[in-house]
Amino acid sequence: MKIPYFPGCSLKTYASSFEKSAIASGAELGIEFVEIPRWNCCGVVSSLTSDDLMHHLAPVRNMIRVLEMQNDKIVDTDNKMLTLCSMCMNTLKRSNLKMQEHADELETINDFMYKEDQKYDGSVQVMHYLEILKEYGFAKIAEKVKVSLKGLKVAPYYGCMLIRPKEVGIDDAEEPTIFEDFLKALGAEPVDWRSKKTCCGSYLTVNKENIVVKLTGKILEDARRNGADLIITSCPLCAFNLDSRQELLQIRNPNFEPIPVLYFSQLLAIALGLDINKFGFENNKVDGMPLLKNKILNK
Amino acid sequence: MAVEQKMVTVYIMGEPQLVPEGSTIIMAWEYAGFQLKKGLGCREGFCGACATVYREKGDYKLKGGLACQTVVSEGMSLVQIPYVPAERPRYNLAELKPDINTFKELFPTIFRCVACNTCSKACPQDIKVMDYIQQLKRGDIAAAASTSFDCIRCGLCALRCPADIVQFNAATLAQRLYGKYLAKPSPELADRLQEIADGKYDAEIEELNNMGHDDLVKKYYSREMKIR
Ligand code: SF4
Ligand code: SF4
Repeated sequence: MKIPYFPGCSLKTYASSFEKSAIASGAELGIEFVEIPRWNCCGVVSSLTSDDLMHHLAPVRNMIRVLEMQNDKIVDTDNKMLTLCSMCMNTLKRSNLKMQEHADELETINDFMYKEDQKYDGSVQVMHYLEILKEYGFAKIAEKVKVSLKGLKVAPYYGCMLIRPKEVGIDDAEEPTIFEDFLKALGAEPVDWRSKKTCCGSYLTVNKENIVVKLTGKILEDARRNGADLIITSCPLCAFNLDSRQELLQIRNPNFEPIPVLYFSQLLAIALGLDINKFGFENNKVDGMPLLKNKILNK
Repeated sequence: MAVEQKMVTVYIMGEPQLVPEGSTIIMAWEYAGFQLKKGLGCREGFCGACATVYREKGDYKLKGGLACQTVVSEGMSLVQIPYVPAERPRYNLAELKPDINTFKELFPTIFRCVACNTCSKACPQDIKVMDYIQQLKRGDIAAAASTSFDCIRCGLCALRCPADIVQFNAATLAQRLYGKYLAKPSPELADRLQEIADGKYDAEIEELNNMGHDDLVKKYYSREMKIR
């Protein structure tokens, strides 16, 4: 299966470990990520003003690229577009939905983009990698696991963007289970915890660091309290807030016990038996290696 | 029998002017009696000084082009832009790193891009301006340097950008960073610099310096272009 892949800016810079592990694990499963030629920024953050069409140009332009890839037959997954970053997925999906629901606005946008040879028709289906994996079949993935994650207690962190608002969520907004199902397929033990849908503070990290430290502190504490060995996420911004901000937490509270934060795709890559040295674990601020070696790899 | 010169009417800053058909915009201005002191340079489409915007009769689109390269049409509406105001950040290339943080610091406005593509539509060089801004947003400096390679700093992109980005200055930085840090070193360059230092071309330069205007023009247009 060859699927159009939308990376997004973070994955090309500070979240490259996310991209590398996702692409490699996909390849192992026969899911080939074909990077969208000339992709542009997803348009983050989704514009919530009903009359602001300008900010939907970026997402729609990416959808056009997907249609072009289909026309050129370089992909074979009708209308699907694969995303990794929760924030990009959320922005793209919301714009797409707006275009699908408002033919007049879609027409205005198409008219504005008269230089594009391909018109957008609302037909693209924006999907998150987790959804693609679910479609592939968690049972099938379980069969391909070479290194079982048995004994590893993982706190799945959904954050906001994967499941809210519900029109674009990849799972139930209140009781999501997709991460848990994914973890079980790898043999890991998902931790049930309250904070899995609690906001990490998002981009307040830029100018209101204190708020983010307070929020992430509570989330991390909750994960520990429930016995988690590590946390997984699918959002570079959540990962930054949960992982990098632990430095400040440690300074403020000497008793704070750091907890590794990984991308779910990194765990997938390990479980599929891929070379652990290739997935940027060294970029994770809190080193997860000792734990993984101890609990999984050296068993 | 004399061939009759066909004339067209153009509107120079709103005033109708009869000018010869087939004129470039610069020729039309001068035919109408204007003397341009700014917004005019090489007249060959290379220097980027004569950026202009215009509308053609019956077309709602505001178009951009180089006045020395764009031919007038009946009913065209014209103005000449003397200069595109744009601040240039000061930097010392030797102190910069070829990464996204450099752009975050020196050109934070690029992150305002909404991918409207207005800049690419305006570019007389047919550069995918939006694409190089997008490449910079994801830290791909080598790609941005290559995409923007043909930029002549005419400023039309920056004039039209709804996000107030000065694309061409960001492109310049990308190209400089690429040249200094990312490009493969070229052994030919070192050889050539040595030849120059050794005075290999002194006689030829001297000859050009002493040539009269007409001979120089003749030599220029009959020159051999080597494209490798
Ligand atoms: S990129 Fe901008 S400044 Fe450069 S040639 Fe095109 S319009 Fe002119
Ligand atoms: S005109 Fe400005 S906002 Fe529009 S695509 Fe170009 S750089 Fe981006």
